[in-house]
Amino acid sequence: MLADALLLQLGYNATLVTIGAMLLGMAAGLGGTFLFLRKRALVSDAISHATLPGIGLAFLVMTLLGGDGRGLPGLLLGAMLSAALGLLAVQWLTRRTRLGEDAAIGAVLSVFFGFGVVLLTAIQTLSLGQQAGLEGFLLGSTAGMLSGEAAMLAVSAALTLCLVLILRRPLTLAAFDPGFAQATGHDLNRIDLATMGIVLCITVVGLKTVGLILIVAMLIIPPVTARFWSQRVDHVVIISCLLGGAAGYVGAAISATAPNLPTGPIIVLVSFSFFAASLLLSPSRGVLSSLVQYRRFHRRVHVRQGLLALAHGQPILEPVTLRLLKRAGLVRADGVATDDGRGRAAKALLDEKRWDIVRGDLAFATAADRYDGLTAIESVLTADQIADVDTRIGAPKVVE
Amino acid sequence: MLELVQPEKDTTPPSKHPLLIQGLTVTYAAQPAVFSIDLAIRPGAMTAIVGPNGAGKSTLLKAVLGILRPLSGKVSVFGAPLPKTLDRIAYVPQRASVDWDFPTRVIDVVLMGFYRQLGLLGRVRQKHRDGAMQCLARVGMDDFAERQIGQLSGGQQQRVFLARALAQNADIYLLDEPFAGVDAATERAIINVLKELRDQGRTVVAVHHDLSTVADYFDDVFLLNVTAIAHGPVATVFNDANLERTYGGRLATAKADPNLAAV
Repeated sequence: MLADALLLQLGYNATLVTIGAMLLGMAAGLGGTFLFLRKRALVSDAISHATLPGIGLAFLVMTLLGGDGRGLPGLLLGAMLSAALGLLAVQWLTRRTRLGEDAAIGAVLSVFFGFGVVLLTAIQTLSLGQQAGLEGFLLGSTAGMLSGEAAMLAVSAALTLCLVLILRRPLTLAAFDPGFAQATGHDLNRIDLATMGIVLCITVVGLKTVGLILIVAMLIIPPVTARFWSQRVDHVVIISCLLGGAAGYVGAAISATAPNLPTGPIIVLVSFSFFAASLLLSPSRGVLSSLVQYRRFHRRVHVRQGLLALAHGQPILEPVTLRLLKRAGLVRADGVATDDGRGRAAKALLDEKRWDIVRGDLAFATAADRYDGLTAIESVLTADQIADVDTRIGAPKVVE
Repeated sequence: MLELVQPEKDTTPPSKHPLLIQGLTVTYAAQPAVFSIDLAIRPGAMTAIVGPNGAGKSTLLKAVLGILRPLSGKVSVFGAPLPKTLDRIAYVPQRASVDWDFPTRVIDVVLMGFYRQLGLLGRVRQKHRDGAMQCLARVGMDDFAERQIGQLSGGQQQRVFLARALAQNADIYLLDEPFAGVDAATERAIINVLKELRDQGRTVVAVHHDLSTVADYFDDVFLLNVTAIAHGPVATVFNDANLERTYGGRLATAKADPNLAAV
């Protein structure tokens, strides 16, 4: 069943939903990256919650004008207007009052959402006949996705891709170093406006599919996940786009395998599984690899300290050090150094002396920066440089 | 006795001044951060902006660059108004102003110096990468091109910022506390590059906090404490009387501990 769904074999509507969700995921992954890098991830939550009163009001207006209150373009227009109003409210509160952005987001989000819920409740008691379905915007409903809606998702994904492609440099500058961005003639307000515009469009377009409560997850989880896999902003953007698309595709396919499985929450859970896997397994920033690196680093410090103690003829008091040296065959069971151990200890002492000279000589300043007690001197200096350093060590002295 | 003194008429035409500031006032909330500053920077000189904490040194730079909007005043670059002439200025911000965990490598940061030249869609070509590598080499950081920016020490980060400014290939270099919290090797590397720039006829203006090195590093000094105190060659202006007027009771502390003055 799931295989059928993943291969788009579950009929026209399921296929439409799956492809639509994938496109939405790609757009959200793209647009969300710069929001995340600019550290304004939660603004998208305020935007999405602020859509609700707009939906309710649009429904009322359209019904009172005698039209179909559920017409999607009208509802989305209302959503967009009230979301824009919410965004302006957040910016105004942040700039003109002493409130921080976090407090402004909290206030705007809850007030707009509260007002929206009141409107929706009122609409239900108004007995206008056709109100069913507005709650679908809360958590998303893809049951009756039309090809027109899928086309809209495709267009907005393509539009986001173009915008991000064109604006990638200003967006990167604004997120990394806002002062420099302004000093090179970029208008920070307009860049931020563009970011928010992108996010606003994605939110409104995604309302029907994932719903306003969970859209923030589609904007934020993919870039956060992508960050685990790359140190380059261009790669993070691409990975985030692909992860968002994959989560949308797989999530929608899974939800199509059983009746009443909600699409939005499943997409979010799939996205989270990517995140959890990355958190554990990422080679550079993952939990497991840092644990391994941490342990390996500790062992190297212990061995180095142990070798220097051997070289100086001092007793090794730390049991861990002794155990590690024994395991490496550098000391015997009784704590006396083996031949190998004496050799390595002498080398450690020589290197330490070399470092001493390097760190005391300004000509080697760049190399001296790399000293941390572990870095092999051969990886920092050339053989010629080391030979030069060695001439300054002086001949060994007889120990009385 | 209070006299109204007619200031000496500056006969240099404005187009000769790399940076000309007239009547610049910037306010935060209800307090002026810098007040009515007139300053004409000499071409091809290294100028230090010196003053106590809260004197408005960074504010002055930011207002010149358009990062902060001044309440009043005019800034012109070689006689032409900003922001049209912004591409003739390179800026090295304070290190603290940057997100160091940002996913970007050293070489990418230097390439940002070419962004203005590249425009929105221009492709980064091999010549840009080579140019960026040369800039890194000038500050002794070419071995670090592939590192993530957050893995560098403070001094190394500062050198990368300077390399990015070099990539901008500007006529004027504005630096905000370039020597704050850096190691001795970095300080030497930076000052050498700045002197190189000066010798090429470019103009360097740096906010500086270490009073003991002003005379060694700079040609001119601008003493600032909200209002302009004095401006001119170090030999004539940088004296105890003027420093007293700039720092007041804090002079002893500032002289004893450069880092304290920088905070």
